[in-house]
Amino acid sequence: MVEEKNIFEIKNFNVWYGDFQAVKDVNLNISSNRITAIIGPSGCGKSTLLRAMNRMNDLITSSRTSGQMLFHNIDIYDKNTDVIELRRRVGMVFQKPNPFPSSVYENVAYGPKLRGIKKKSALDEIVEQALIKADLWKEVKDKLNDSGLSLSGGQMQRLCIARSLAQQPEVILFDEPTSALDPISTAHIENLLQELQKTVTIVIVTHNMQQAARISHYTAFMYLGELIEFGNTDTIFVNPANKLTEEYITGRFG
Amino acid sequence: MKWQTKERLVEISVSSIGLLSVIVLLLIGFFLFKEAFYIFYKEGVIRVIFGSQWYPTHEPPDFGMFPLIAGTIAVTLLTSIMAIPLGLGTAIYIAEVANHKVKEFLKPLIEMLASFPSVVLGFFGMVIIAPILSNWLSPILSEKLPEMLRNTNLPFISTTLADFCYDKLFIASGLNITTASLMLTVRAIPVIASIAEDALTAVPRTYREASYSLGADKWHTIWKVVIPASVSGLSVAVILGIGTIIGETMIVLMVAGGAAVVPHWIFDAARPMPAAIAAEMAEAPYKSLHYHALFGVGAILFLITFVLSMISDFISRKYRSVRIGEKV
Amino acid sequence: MHTIENMNKPFELACKRKLNIKQGFFLSLIRTLGFSGAITLFLILSFVFYNGFQVLSWEFITEPPIDAMTKGGIFPVIMGTILLTILCMVLVIPVGVITAIFLAEYSKPGVMLKSVMMSIYTLAGVPSVVFGLFGLGVFVVMLNFGTSLLAGSMTLAIMILPYIISTSEEALKAVPYSFKEASLACGATKWQTIWKVVLPTAMPGILTGAILGTAKVSGETAPIMFTAAAFFSPGVPRSVFEPVMALPYHIYVLATAGTHIEETRPIQYGTALVLIVIVLAMNLLGIILRLKQRKKRAW
Ligand SMILES: Nc1ncnc2c1ncn2[C@@H]1O[C@H](COP(=O)(O)OP(=O)(O)OP(=O)(O)O)[C@@H](O)[C@H]1O
Ligand SMILES: [Mg+2]
Repeated sequence: MVEEKNIFEIKNFNVWYGDFQAVKDVNLNISSNRITAIIGPSGCGKSTLLRAMNRMNDLITSSRTSGQMLFHNIDIYDKNTDVIELRRRVGMVFQKPNPFPSSVYENVAYGPKLRGIKKKSALDEIVEQALIKADLWKEVKDKLNDSGLSLSGGQMQRLCIARSLAQQPEVILFDEPTSALDPISTAHIENLLQELQKTVTIVIVTHNMQQAARISHYTAFMYLGELIEFGNTDTIFVNPANKLTEEYITGRFG
Repeated sequence: MKWQTKERLVEISVSSIGLLSVIVLLLIGFFLFKEAFYIFYKEGVIRVIFGSQWYPTHEPPDFGMFPLIAGTIAVTLLTSIMAIPLGLGTAIYIAEVANHKVKEFLKPLIEMLASFPSVVLGFFGMVIIAPILSNWLSPILSEKLPEMLRNTNLPFISTTLADFCYDKLFIASGLNITTASLMLTVRAIPVIASIAEDALTAVPRTYREASYSLGADKWHTIWKVVIPASVSGLSVAVILGIGTIIGETMIVLMVAGGAAVVPHWIFDAARPMPAAIAAEMAEAPYKSLHYHALFGVGAILFLITFVLSMISDFISRKYRSVRIGEKV
Repeated sequence: MHTIENMNKPFELACKRKLNIKQGFFLSLIRTLGFSGAITLFLILSFVFYNGFQVLSWEFITEPPIDAMTKGGIFPVIMGTILLTILCMVLVIPVGVITAIFLAEYSKPGVMLKSVMMSIYTLAGVPSVVFGLFGLGVFVVMLNFGTSLLAGSMTLAIMILPYIISTSEEALKAVPYSFKEASLACGATKWQTIWKVVLPTAMPGILTGAILGTAKVSGETAPIMFTAAAFFSPGVPRSVFEPVMALPYHIYVLATAGTHIEETRPIQYGTALVLIVIVLAMNLLGIILRLKQRKKRAW
């Protein structure tokens, strides 16, 4: 395995929506080339924390942060940080697959075009590579010009992953990527994540405890905006240090 | 009476009143074409529509509507050039760029502008814009500017361009199709802006999220994602805006200059179709050829707006089916 | 593999915020365009208010015109517009609301619904001068109402019908299904439910639509030009079969016809001011009502 280092360091990090504090004093390190899962009951701030990692919460006007969110030791909330470059390196895949209402090809080429790649041959190659990496190439290579919305749910989600991969990100953030999918598509995506983890750092929010246990190396458990426990997935699931964590993973609440 | 019978009666009465708008539309169409028929029958469709002489009160009269149609086309084109970018720009600003407070302020304002009486716009054009054009702009553009250009002694600029300004930028009367188009623009902006704003707002938030998460900036997201996703709604806005321009009466009646000749230049006067109806109907004797001719103009106007409504209805239907076909 | 700009640079070196000239340019352009409407409205309003205030007085709005309309007030003109608008609304609201009830509650998918919806959509796009022609032919001549308050109001009613239908339909459709369920579950019939539950709940929305419709109607000129408007009438009409003066038509006539155009400028400004105040007041009222309803809607 590739050597791991802390690609994200989150220090005393808080997020507010107006007066409501959704993330409270979180300290967390994300290791490169590993899968980190964030679990916790609904409304505990998982999505909020995840969206803070590539500043998608900038889009919510009422939101405000404090503390440090270091990516490669750079505070991404520093006013001099280029949020565009950040989001290029830290991609995101959402709960509901959200391809653009354009062709499969255009969906994947969106990012590279954004970065100024115009040559058709170059784009073709990037699109193909990204689709191969997202394990979608075989299924769509004959319908690259079909609408992205004509694919099945699982295919759409892999299209969204390919779209992110086309920009060669360092990290991809997944917010419950399989909760809208059937079990077979879910298994497909889980396999894909394990494959991707060799080259990309993955942070995944999930409600599915088995999923976290199956695929992640590290697990963070959040409750009411606080990070309760963080550690090796095996340790967390087999031998949790905190009472709350134990109750949650054994399904006694939430 | 049994309650079932009562309910049935209510349903029948409600439904028949519901049909009233169909009947009204059919009546309007029927009546217009009935009254218009005679002029086309008497003078011939081609001669009426393409005839270039509109002298309805001469002896013998001429009912060539082409100058009126050309007037409408001219002001519509000129207005579209200004109103479409301004209207769409306003919509994009309100829907995508403005913050919440500005939005809450601008939206009702646009709505107010939409119900602003057009007679007041015409009045404003007459007493403010027209004098500005003829008394102030014209001397600058057709006297001072050519003189300055001539003094440069540069090839082309001191000759051809200077002559052009001297000839073409002289504004004999402020009541012309440019003034009319300026006021029509004010009329059309809110129509285009409010429909376009709805179309933009209807674009799912997830599209924007996807774009931003890929590191696109705001402008790129608007241009490459939001606008393409709402292009059908935006075209409906443009089409209905054009319909408003074509049918608007008071502005063209008051400031287009009134000359029933084909305009050749932006400072020429014109008599667009609605202006002809409004100006002449009062004097046209009942059932005279002139009366029928004006109904003919009305029928053409009705037909144009009818077709525009059909097109925009077709587009928005198609657009809706795309949104339903979207699986997630 | 083709490399993306900054791809191989470490984040530390690539993360400096870049000046985004293109975005800056286009967003400022859009910002400017966005305010164009507001600025125009402001300019025209200040023109009307500045000039109109100088003639406005108690006498101006309570006295009839004198000396071939070159002096005096505009009382009959204001009354004419108010009467036209009220009569128009009295005629159009029942028809509009019932049509909306048909669309929202009784219609079934099919040819009939489709044609009703198409007609409403098309009617909304018909130019107002065409309604004027129709009113002239049918109400003034065929039904022999003459150029009259009634003919004008009916013409305006047909013109505003699509607007009233669609605002009422929207209000009716905003009534939550659970309200209807509750009433039906109590053993009420469909019509009783509509009459006792749906209509009252939708009433504020319907009224708001009607008020905004009033604003549109009172500023219209073309539909009343040959159906209702009189160049001069000494006072308030005694019956609906008499012609009336109206604010928009008065502005038009004074500003374009006759030999006293310059002389009557002040009256034109004053009339425009009164018209604008009525239209804007109605608009504001409608907008405020709508905001209030949006806040209050707890369901
Ligand atoms: N845009 C917003 N404005 C205000 N409050 C918000 C907003 N988004 C989320 N919240 C609140 O912040 C808290 C955390 O929300 P978040 O979406 O991060 O939870 P989550 O852990 O992802 O929950 P779920 O598992 O249901 O997705 C919740 O209480 C939520 O109500
Ligand atoms: Mg969430």
